[in-house]
Amino acid sequence: MILLAFLLQTIRIAIPYLLAAAGGVMSERVGVIALGLEGMMLAGAFGAVLGSYYGGSAWIGLVCAMSAGILVALLLALCTLRFRANQVVVGIAINLLVIGATRFFLRLAFDSASNSPRVDGFGGEGSGLGVLASFSNPLVWLGLIALPALWWLLWRTPFGLRARAVGEKPEAAATLGVNVSALRLRGLLLCGVLASLGGAYLALDQHQFTDSMTAGRGFIALAAIIFGRWMPMRVAAACLLFAAAETLQIQLQGAQLVPSQFVELIPYVLTIVALAGVVGKSVPPAALGKVE
Amino acid sequence: MSGDGLLMRAAQAFLAPLLAVALAMVVGDLLILTYGESPATVYALLLEGTWGNWYGFGQVIYKTMTLTCTGLAFAYAARAGLFNVGAEGQLAAGGFAAALVGLLLPASIPGVIAVPVCIAASMIAGGASGAIPGVLRARFGASEVIVTIMLNFVLLALLNYVVASHMAVPETLHTAEMNAGFVARLGSLFPVFAGSAANLTIVVAVLVAVFAWWKLFRTRSGYELRAVGLQPDAAEYGGIPVSRVWFRAMVWSGAFAGLGGINFVLGYKHYYEEGFAAGSGFLGIAVALVGRNHPLGILIAALLFATLSQGGLAVNALVPKQLVDILQAVVILAVATTVPEVQRLLRKTAASLVRRDAAEATP
Repeated sequence: MILLAFLLQTIRIAIPYLLAAAGGVMSERVGVIALGLEGMMLAGAFGAVLGSYYGGSAWIGLVCAMSAGILVALLLALCTLRFRANQVVVGIAINLLVIGATRFFLRLAFDSASNSPRVDGFGGEGSGLGVLASFSNPLVWLGLIALPALWWLLWRTPFGLRARAVGEKPEAAATLGVNVSALRLRGLLLCGVLASLGGAYLALDQHQFTDSMTAGRGFIALAAIIFGRWMPMRVAAACLLFAAAETLQIQLQGAQLVPSQFVELIPYVLTIVALAGVVGKSVPPAALGKVE
Repeated sequence: MSGDGLLMRAAQAFLAPLLAVALAMVVGDLLILTYGESPATVYALLLEGTWGNWYGFGQVIYKTMTLTCTGLAFAYAARAGLFNVGAEGQLAAGGFAAALVGLLLPASIPGVIAVPVCIAASMIAGGASGAIPGVLRARFGASEVIVTIMLNFVLLALLNYVVASHMAVPETLHTAEMNAGFVARLGSLFPVFAGSAANLTIVVAVLVAVFAWWKLFRTRSGYELRAVGLQPDAAEYGGIPVSRVWFRAMVWSGAFAGLGGINFVLGYKHYYEEGFAAGSGFLGIAVALVGRNHPLGILIAALLFATLSQGGLAVNALVPKQLVDILQAVVILAVATTVPEVQRLLRKTAASLVRRDAAEATP
């Protein structure tokens, strides 16, 4: 029973990582650095709450979340693909922009500097056990299948073959008639949708938006992508591993075996170790960050 | 022809940042209008609250100090072709080291010794934080972008742990006050600044900007650094040890960022506090971009961004201060997109001018 509870909580914590990481893998596989994940998630969280509050339903919240994610992805595409701006700089600026914009519009919409009012989520508390409630949430299921589905998309479809080619050797792909920019745009948009759903899960799970509520989860998803070496199934495993560490820390909180700050560090330290190549080196797609 | 060259250089340096600021102002207008206020009133209030009175101006100077340091940090690495996105953590490490040394030194030590020791500590701590991504990049080819981002989280969490569980004054997030290493506030020299956080560390920031300019443009190591940044393969072929240059660039970059910590610690509060300069590290990227990675440009850009930050507080009664967070992000996006675009346009114009000259020269 304890094991089951542990597993369920791990999955609940992992869902935003799984969704955002799926978006990030898509983005990086077509050659665009996924530094904007955090901003896309936060935009999704805010969109979800706006939609659910004014639309009166979590489903409308999802539509608004995805629209917000697409909007952020379009801005990123405009800067990096059309104007060929540096992807690192744009990614970081996008995150700053979304943090500022959500705060600004939080005050405009709800006249608060910290949080929105309570909104409808999925399931709600009325539907019995917390565990069962979370499995009536469509985003949980979507999170669980996102990375396997992405694997299928990237390795079993013509679109996936072209996408990977664009991320590894865009000149060669272009020679074979692939429209590199259009493909990158599609990859970015898919990334925006998936990452915003990760943010929407957080907001709808807590039934409200709070300032900067993604709290670095976009970067943990990025860490999972690198630790999982850009392979969808390995990335999924990395997300679950990071989530399990967090769950363990929450459940052992009373025991004080290790300071919680050290557990928080696990994803970041593992990523640095993976990049340094101590146990098998993490090598990104060859054309990552290079748009000519 | 030389006149054209000068004009071209001026256009390259100023056109993109000016366009970016103009675009940000347009976005600002729209946001202010959504809030039902008049843009002219808000901008007037912003200027009044920053350059219009001595207290506001003092706060601008205070914020300029840290932004100059983090801007130099980003620019110095960028000149070597590297992205140091870790100024946030390096800045915190520098501030912590300065406070720690200030706590350990006995109160009897005179300022002329204590202050330089604390400054050195901040630079060493920042430099050591920069050395980690530096060595991982130089030896293992690990992306310094990712390593510095991840290291931000690691450094901040470790510092928070050490402070919260071992050094904090109960009920607070800061350490005890230092014994030595205080830097005078501007208010104690010029009474008009009384009450503002501005302090003499701004002199250190200006000096370090001059130092960075000298090192980049007047020394052999600076020449090597810029050569590596422009074309690492050619530099390697020319006999420059690229890996070593990258490592040194990251160490210096981290040291500049760490130095920014003395502004709050030595000049203002005299202790280390969790999150004392949150955001200044990332804003340094904006400062370096607008300043075109040149120390003089960085000083000007730091003043601009400090004015925006302080101005946000001044207009908060009319529109949310987060307005300036949006504007700052828009400036970064706009500079990042217009710089390559302006350069392409200028190249095109130059090429067509050359063609026209050639056509006129042939009878």
